[in-house]
Amino acid sequence: MKRLPQIALLRDGRRLHLQDGPIDLIVEAKGGECDVRAAYDAAAERFTGLLDELCEELVELRKPADPAQCALNGAVARRMHAAVAPFAADCFITPMAAVAGSVAEEILGAILAAARLDRAYVNNGGDIALHLTQDEEFTVGLMDRPDRQGLMCTMSISADDPIRGIATSGRHGRSFSLGIADAVTVLAMTASQADAAATIIANAVDLPGHPAIVRLPANELQPDSDLGARLVTREVGALSESEIEQALEVGADCARRLLAAGLIEGAALRLKGEMLLVGAGTAGSQALHERRLEHVMQA
Amino acid sequence: MSTEATAAAIGDKIRCDACPVMCYIKPGAVGACDRYANHDGQLVRVDPHVVLERTVEHGGRLVPFQAGGDWDGKIVQQPDIFVTAIGAGTTYPDYKPAPFIVSSEIDGVDMVTVVTEGIFSYCGVKVKIDTDRYLGPETAAVRAEGETVGHVTTSEYGSQMLSLGGVHHLTGGSKKEGRVTCDTLMDLSNCKPVELTVDGGATVVVQAGKPPIVNGVPEERMRVGCGSATIGMFAKQWHGKVDEVVVVDDHITGVLSEHQAGKLLDIADTGIKMKGRRSTPGRYFQVAEPGTGWGGTKISDPLSVLGPFDRKEARAGLTMLMVSTTGEHSAYYVLDEALRPIEKDMPLDLKLSVERIQENCEPALCTVLFMGGAGGSLRAGVTDNPVRLTRSVKDALTRVTSGGAPVYVWPGGGITFMVDVTQMPAGAFGYVPTPALVAPIEFTMRLSDYAALGGHMDYVRPLSSLRDSAEIRPMLIPGRRA
Repeated sequence: MKRLPQIALLRDGRRLHLQDGPIDLIVEAKGGECDVRAAYDAAAERFTGLLDELCEELVELRKPADPAQCALNGAVARRMHAAVAPFAADCFITPMAAVAGSVAEEILGAILAAARLDRAYVNNGGDIALHLTQDEEFTVGLMDRPDRQGLMCTMSISADDPIRGIATSGRHGRSFSLGIADAVTVLAMTASQADAAATIIANAVDLPGHPAIVRLPANELQPDSDLGARLVTREVGALSESEIEQALEVGADCARRLLAAGLIEGAALRLKGEMLLVGAGTAGSQALHERRLEHVMQA
Repeated sequence: MSTEATAAAIGDKIRCDACPVMCYIKPGAVGACDRYANHDGQLVRVDPHVVLERTVEHGGRLVPFQAGGDWDGKIVQQPDIFVTAIGAGTTYPDYKPAPFIVSSEIDGVDMVTVVTEGIFSYCGVKVKIDTDRYLGPETAAVRAEGETVGHVTTSEYGSQMLSLGGVHHLTGGSKKEGRVTCDTLMDLSNCKPVELTVDGGATVVVQAGKPPIVNGVPEERMRVGCGSATIGMFAKQWHGKVDEVVVVDDHITGVLSEHQAGKLLDIADTGIKMKGRRSTPGRYFQVAEPGTGWGGTKISDPLSVLGPFDRKEARAGLTMLMVSTTGEHSAYYVLDEALRPIEKDMPLDLKLSVERIQENCEPALCTVLFMGGAGGSLRAGVTDNPVRLTRSVKDALTRVTSGGAPVYVWPGGGITFMVDVTQMPAGAFGYVPTPALVAPIEFTMRLSDYAALGGHMDYVRPLSSLRDSAEIRPMLIPGRRA
């Protein structure tokens, strides 16, 4: 019996929902009626069997990435590897760190190959691949606690920005984090790059050895976690203001290095109600800055 | 149907095969999808905000959630999403429309589910405890934390029944009595263990769906039948292997040689003399005081229920099996020259017959039925004309459920229902300081019927408006059985 993904329009009739195993995508395309239909058909077609493709190479995808070469075959798997490879020489990272963004990017690619659209996005649980043309823009809400309702702030991304990928990582999400950040949102050229970088920066926001932080081996929580016995953050107790600042600053250092290397366009780091922004005057990070002021004024 | 998720156990982990990721899931954890979890070694679906889901949209697949739960009434089509009342919130008295009045369009039939959490200040639970052990005299008070929360009622077919809660304990006694009763009902209804003591009887830990623990000893099996029934069931298997069998039972102790079943097999008299009151041949009442020993009596030496053997009929070398109604206790005796029973090693074929008794005893469980009534004010939250809701339920136009679980609606006045708490989602019950329990109750009917009975049509919301809503929370159904 062939397992089929769940594919349906949401009740609003505009957005398409695709779900298969752990993959849960919301897709919205804006354009002519025929184009939107072609886009959704293409998304459904590409999505069917995609999880099986990935799972064929799951064992390899859960191993630390080789910085120099890629032994993977699938298009999504190779994209995952490419996204994490820039970090693989310096730290532990597996292609799984970029799985969500890479899937989003793959589906967006299939859509754009099939239809002319003004605007489209594929949102894979907060890791988002974007398509923008001309005067179109996206308003994106930032969440500091994925386990709770409510937005921290919103930001706008226009077609002129180089940003086509957004991803958020942190200790409350579905994946484990080695760091203590509540959320790190990264803007990058692609969703897969954003996904990998968000993981790296969220891991960097940390206070090693702090007694208020509870860590457990990842494989005690999820026996087949790609993180193996590495300690992942489960609880973060009370931290002083200076400790919060210190942890965020370590993460921000990491983000600045990635920014300088051209791997990201901007980042917002959040820990215990404090936010720190990294971006060097690009339009995207400018957008973040403006919102930050707004946010501060509202607070 | 399409994919059915199953799980293979590896140590305490289970391996989910709902999708090719094939997660190993530890107890209490969820898989990579956050949709399947390992709950006490069982693979359960834990989707947010949907209790019963039927996803047959284009190319969609069906994921079993309520395994085998074919409870849908034939009156109306089952909605693809069933919204339960848990967390719907309510006020007391319920003078305003129920918090959610949800409509969903299914197969051209507009469905309405009036979803509310009822406040049940007169409610109670009926507890069935599968045990032969003596829990206490009928009508004795049952206490929790020293407060009277109910009483022992009739014993039924090898089970002891307790009736707990009700208006007198919830609101008629002291403040503490009301609070403790409310806590006891809530914990029992939420499938948590509760320690109860019976005046002049035992202390028993009751937990819905689990074996009772009587005076610290977990009960394992229900008795196979009364002592007399056991004789009837096994007489043929004992015939020729032993001269006499006594099945010790607090209710009716059976004696093979005197019993009708023994007579039919031409089993010879043995000269046995039983204590207690003979009811009919081979059936004895009150051979011993009730207790937690052999067969629900207080004895630990089964010979204490026997008088001396009759010298005219008994003979040296006569063999006798004594066994309890669960097979939990058994002993084998041979009469010596003085016609005294002397315990000996039990022959293998008799051991097997004792094991057969054990095998035929069903696992002992506690079951808890929540019993509540939709009073006038709750019904007013559903319709302007409450009695029409009652009539609609009686006429089977409206289906009543509690947390999505089927209920039994008592005939007669009002909407008084009982529901098996193990069929309801975890944490379905809450309380208010009144004190009273808060329990989910849903009335499902055709939209046209809802209008006809004076429903709050202005407050009907489409099902889609509940999605992506903060009013929705995930839930887990631990004990839902096939």
